[in-house]
Amino acid sequence: MEKQINGAKIVLQALRDNGVQHIFGYPGGAVLPIYDELFQQEDIEHILVRHEQGATHAAEGYARSSGKCGVVLVTSGPGATNAVTGLTDALMDSIPMVCITGQVPTHLIGADAFQEADTVGITRACTKHNYLVKDVNDLARVMHEAFYVATTGRPGPVVVDIPKDVQFAMGNYLKPTAVKHKSYQPKVKGDMEAINAAVDLIANAKKPVFYTGGGVINSGPQASQLLREFVKLTGYPITSTLMGLGSYPSADKQWLGMLGMHGTYEANLAMHDCDVMINIGARFDDRITGALDKFSPDSKKIHIDIDPSSINKNVVVDVPIVGDVAHVLEDMLRVYKSRAVTPDKKALSSWWKEIEGWRDRNCLAYRKDDKAIKPQYAVERLYELTKGPDTFITTEVGQHQMWAAQYYRFEDPNRWMTSGGLGTMGYGIPAAVGVQVANPKGLVIDIAGEASAMMTMQELSTAVQHRLPIKIFILNNEYMGMVRQWQELLHGGRYSNSYSEALPDFVKLAEAYGATGIRAEKPSELDDAIKRMVDTDGPVIFDCIVTKEENCFPMIPSGAAHNDMLLADDQGLEVEVSDEGKALV
Amino acid sequence: MSEQATATHTISVLVDNEAGVLARVIGLFSGRGYNIDSLTVAEVDQSAHMSRITIVTSGTPQVIEQIKAQLGRLVPVHRVVDLTVECESVERELALVKVSGKGEARVEALRLSEAFRARVVDATPESFVFEITGNSEKIDAFIELMTPLGLQEASRTGAAALARGPEPM
Repeated sequence: MEKQINGAKIVLQALRDNGVQHIFGYPGGAVLPIYDELFQQEDIEHILVRHEQGATHAAEGYARSSGKCGVVLVTSGPGATNAVTGLTDALMDSIPMVCITGQVPTHLIGADAFQEADTVGITRACTKHNYLVKDVNDLARVMHEAFYVATTGRPGPVVVDIPKDVQFAMGNYLKPTAVKHKSYQPKVKGDMEAINAAVDLIANAKKPVFYTGGGVINSGPQASQLLREFVKLTGYPITSTLMGLGSYPSADKQWLGMLGMHGTYEANLAMHDCDVMINIGARFDDRITGALDKFSPDSKKIHIDIDPSSINKNVVVDVPIVGDVAHVLEDMLRVYKSRAVTPDKKALSSWWKEIEGWRDRNCLAYRKDDKAIKPQYAVERLYELTKGPDTFITTEVGQHQMWAAQYYRFEDPNRWMTSGGLGTMGYGIPAAVGVQVANPKGLVIDIAGEASAMMTMQELSTAVQHRLPIKIFILNNEYMGMVRQWQELLHGGRYSNSYSEALPDFVKLAEAYGATGIRAEKPSELDDAIKRMVDTDGPVIFDCIVTKEENCFPMIPSGAAHNDMLLADDQGLEVEVSDEGKALV
Repeated sequence: MSEQATATHTISVLVDNEAGVLARVIGLFSGRGYNIDSLTVAEVDQSAHMSRITIVTSGTPQVIEQIKAQLGRLVPVHRVVDLTVECESVERELALVKVSGKGEARVEALRLSEAFRARVVDATPESFVFEITGNSEKIDAFIELMTPLGLQEASRTGAAALARGPEPM
């Protein structure tokens, strides 16, 4: 019989055996035994955050930029409840994460003990799965299972709640063996009949479009490679969701830009008018589809997704394929090549002609200004001065996020970290912390808004402590810009509580944290200031003062169809939004 | 989608009998706004720690497909079968029905209970508790008939169901 060790040691050994090198956390009473074990070892580096929400977003940034599982360690009660936002965010965006929470000792569970919360109850709806470990001899198996569930199938967050007495109790450690879970067995290979049917549709398409999402990135770098090969082989146009940016190089001619509510005119019209839609790892989210009854009315739809519940959830499709993107694309490419099909050149060239017509609208054009910095211009300049394979962009949520998605360009996967599904303001700074931990040599920039940045600003202290030279690039318009934009369009310009009142001086704030503050107020000083930011050997807050009431266009107003977009030239027009649309978010 | 007709379906779910599994299933239904008309759960295989949850729900075909897929992706769920469309099935529910009364009403209640093959499991000079088994419609009908005869209360188990034929689902 193996020597028995305590629960805290079992946790550490399980982390090691699952390849964990970094964890993000915050100590507290109910996890002290685990922190004590952390103190006595050097294999795993702990990054001390300033708030548990920060730990979860940091783990997300770490996971999304490295393809590894993010790991979080927090205490019971408030530690766990503070982690809920990040867990929900990871669930919505399918980010692999294992979150270990301390719990009050088993004999106190249910007694309303100090810092007790029903963590498995609270997190049931915001995790892929969760566990409360009451017996130390289950602990090793549960830990291994947690990593397996978090990282396979459609990835997601898993909580392991460990009462303090279980951390002290002596028990047996079991090595992770080839896990075959008795009920959880995600399917990675697609059904060949469906793949053949999909190839038929693709080969005979006259107006096809690839619609790709975060699933391509989650599937791994090989999926992006296969996607590129397939798109090149067919010559078809491709667009991508917010979560999928980088899976296909934006510099390529076949790339139509992002689609959806703030996507490009050409991408959305191609989606609307196509005859064959090839959805790869995207989920027909409401930001993408707009009005469902008017969504791409004349197309046959192929949908590749690893999660069977994504199929026919929002949009009924013609050829569903349940499986992992890389596996399915590999099979699909093989079938496509073996049939030696050639796309209908004539149809394709007239389809491209149509698309070029939409492209000529130049929907991302904006009026330049030589006195004030336009936010779009700021992102364009930031892109020109920082682009490269080692640059990683995170964002907060709002107008700046959309401008970043529109004007920053990505050539590779895992370089773009944003809160897509949940739309969590405050994501970007801690996510940048996690990205920088995973990529110590990378240039990590959080394109932020001043309101979002204030939500998790304290994580700058984490960056300073751990010498993580993240750059927080704030597009400061002194408004919760997207809220203001909607109030302008839908609520008669009554800017209820959307003005960022009483903002701190961000340069002084940076200095107070021991970081560097840089401000730019005029277009003429922008480039030099950005260069100074890049050259600064440590964390920076860049306070970029931009025009205050700029709107984010193009835009599909809520409740409208893809072919009913607002373009920048429409600014100032009365926007007609149906009552039904107004009720949407 | 919303124009599609809703229909009642009986869904059978085999799960690991572990803490919280019922909460996961119920939370899924409440969180996503699905209906639960009835739900029964009990361990059916002690050695394998497996329970069967039988859910009667209603929705459009698209919603029912979603319910199946959502149930299927819960980690402790082994199998999900829509007994209404995937196979022939038998369905039974048990109810206890308390009826109080005297004279002609009491006699009538007893007479009707025989017609429904209900059993008397408790009796006092002025009341009966009937045990009745059958499909849910039969129990509805029985309770409705008992209402004017002095129905006090009823306790129903919800539907239990299995596929017909020699094979397990």
